[in-house]
Amino acid sequence: MDIISIVIFIAVIGLTLGITYWAAKQTTTASEFYTAGGSLTGWQNGMAIAGDYLSAASFLGIAGAISLSGFDGFYYSIGFLTAYLVVLFLIAEPLRNLGKFTMADMIGARFGAKKVRGAAALNTITIVLFYMLAQLVGAGALIKLLLGIDYWIAVLIVGVMMTIYVLFGGMTATSWVQIVKAILLMIGTIIISFLVLLKFDFNFIGMFDAMRTATPHGEAFLHSGLIYKDPIGLISVLIALVLGTAGLPHILMRFFTVKDAKTARSSVIYAVWIIGIFYVLTIFLGFGAAKFVGVDAIVAENAAGNMAAPMLAGVLGGSALESFVAAVAFATILAVVAGLVLSGASAIAHDIYGQIIKKGIITEKQQVRAARYAAIGVAIFSIILALGAEKLNVAFLVSLAFCIAASANVPTILFTIYWKKFNTTGAVASMLTGLIVALVLVALSPSVINPVEGAAFFVGDPIFPYANPAIISVPAGFIAAIIGTLVSSKRHEADEVSYAEVRFKAETGYREPEQ
Amino acid sequence: MQKTANLDYEKIINSSEFKNLVKQKRRFATPYMIIFFIALFTLPILTGYTNILENRAFGWLTWTWVYSLSMFAMVWVFTSIYMKKSKDFDKDIEEILKKNIAK
Repeated sequence: MDIISIVIFIAVIGLTLGITYWAAKQTTTASEFYTAGGSLTGWQNGMAIAGDYLSAASFLGIAGAISLSGFDGFYYSIGFLTAYLVVLFLIAEPLRNLGKFTMADMIGARFGAKKVRGAAALNTITIVLFYMLAQLVGAGALIKLLLGIDYWIAVLIVGVMMTIYVLFGGMTATSWVQIVKAILLMIGTIIISFLVLLKFDFNFIGMFDAMRTATPHGEAFLHSGLIYKDPIGLISVLIALVLGTAGLPHILMRFFTVKDAKTARSSVIYAVWIIGIFYVLTIFLGFGAAKFVGVDAIVAENAAGNMAAPMLAGVLGGSALESFVAAVAFATILAVVAGLVLSGASAIAHDIYGQIIKKGIITEKQQVRAARYAAIGVAIFSIILALGAEKLNVAFLVSLAFCIAASANVPTILFTIYWKKFNTTGAVASMLTGLIVALVLVALSPSVINPVEGAAFFVGDPIFPYANPAIISVPAGFIAAIIGTLVSSKRHEADEVSYAEVRFKAETGYREPEQ
Repeated sequence: MQKTANLDYEKIINSSEFKNLVKQKRRFATPYMIIFFIALFTLPILTGYTNILENRAFGWLTWTWVYSLSMFAMVWVFTSIYMKKSKDFDKDIEEILKKNIAK
């Protein structure tokens, strides 16, 4: 590890700790802890959404996938970005209007039953744990490669940092860490892309010509087919990505950090520009790495191609740029896991403890204390899991998290807002069916049972053919919602709020004056 | 939460202004969502079952990439349209709120 790396890493750690120190002074109430008091502006939240969303899987994973498999690597970029149309057109504003701190609050605004909130909290915790495990294991491996320190030390550094941000600075610290990360990530990506374009004499179309002969795949590099042999499997992945974003608890939670639906809307616009430009630039990262680093060198460092972007930075800009990009990757991971800790903690402390166990009768002080304990609990639990999972291939957990979000959360979120007949039984049936079907099918899929030794947990022929089960589990979530609703349409649940009230509030943002 | 100041929600959502707002919103959003989903899922069908996108559009920039990049453009265009259109809805919503709440 050279002196530049050490300086840049310490700068990132120092800056984020400074933010946390500043944020801690303004984090005393539950609303400040969970939502920064709803004080963020549109551009701030837009940047934070980008910082929350663009994980190491995007920055390192997609750059690597494009460099190794050409166009098919870019499919993730397409799915991850276009998902925001669903978020903007169908979810963002009603969510902001109905909810308070969490996704379960929004569903709870219509269905007050404990089992509804419990199921929503269960989904949140499951998604957060899977997503977090993928991030932490990836972070450990990455920092081990970048800095040459042991895996367990790397996981502990990331784990301790994320805990400090959330514990002391709550959503304010988390948001600003995400904003800083989004800026750093964009700067790093734009510099590398510029250098790649420079190498191609700013000839965008000529670059494609050059790529035709730059890799062992030849012309196939420019077409789909190197990763996805079966279009149905690919469609399944796209369903998970494009609907799942609208059900990811740590992304949905970001919409409560702004004051109203209008600001929630404008934050999506800012996010879509930042995220979109980033994903377009992944083309340059991937192509540049394939051409100037070379497929053999990339695979030699990491079989999945995760080191492609930092290696490319090294080739084009020397060790200073490589260190900077490594620090960007580090900041990227920190910002994402902080958001995950916060949303996991909100499900445990606010939904389960505050609303289900304490029935909402809980003082401000108790709420904040519970949130802090829950944050520590979530952090410790995921660190322990990550320490035990070093040798496991957990990259698939990111797309699994999207799949669970799409199958278990999105049908209920949509029907809560838009379907008059939807009821408590339908909501619980949908959330549990979506979750269970997704989990069972993944357990039977090539991500878990694979004929290639070392590719998954078990060696053998998978029972379910597609790595991502969204094509089955998403319809299952919707069908369960409909069947659950229809079979219980005669039953009247006491805790249901009339659809008229929910619809009116969802559209207008009206709230009853608190007594 | 005490609910002493409840509004007659049933009456409001059945009012012509509110019904009109919901209808207008649905009419606006539905085509965009349909176009989006068709455009998105046509891409894997075309790349998976046909070779037509493998033809070159400009130099070695194939239609696969042109299609994909136009998906990005679509997202930016649709979100901008949504932003603009929402301002009209905001006015309607304000009026409904004024009429029913501010007393």
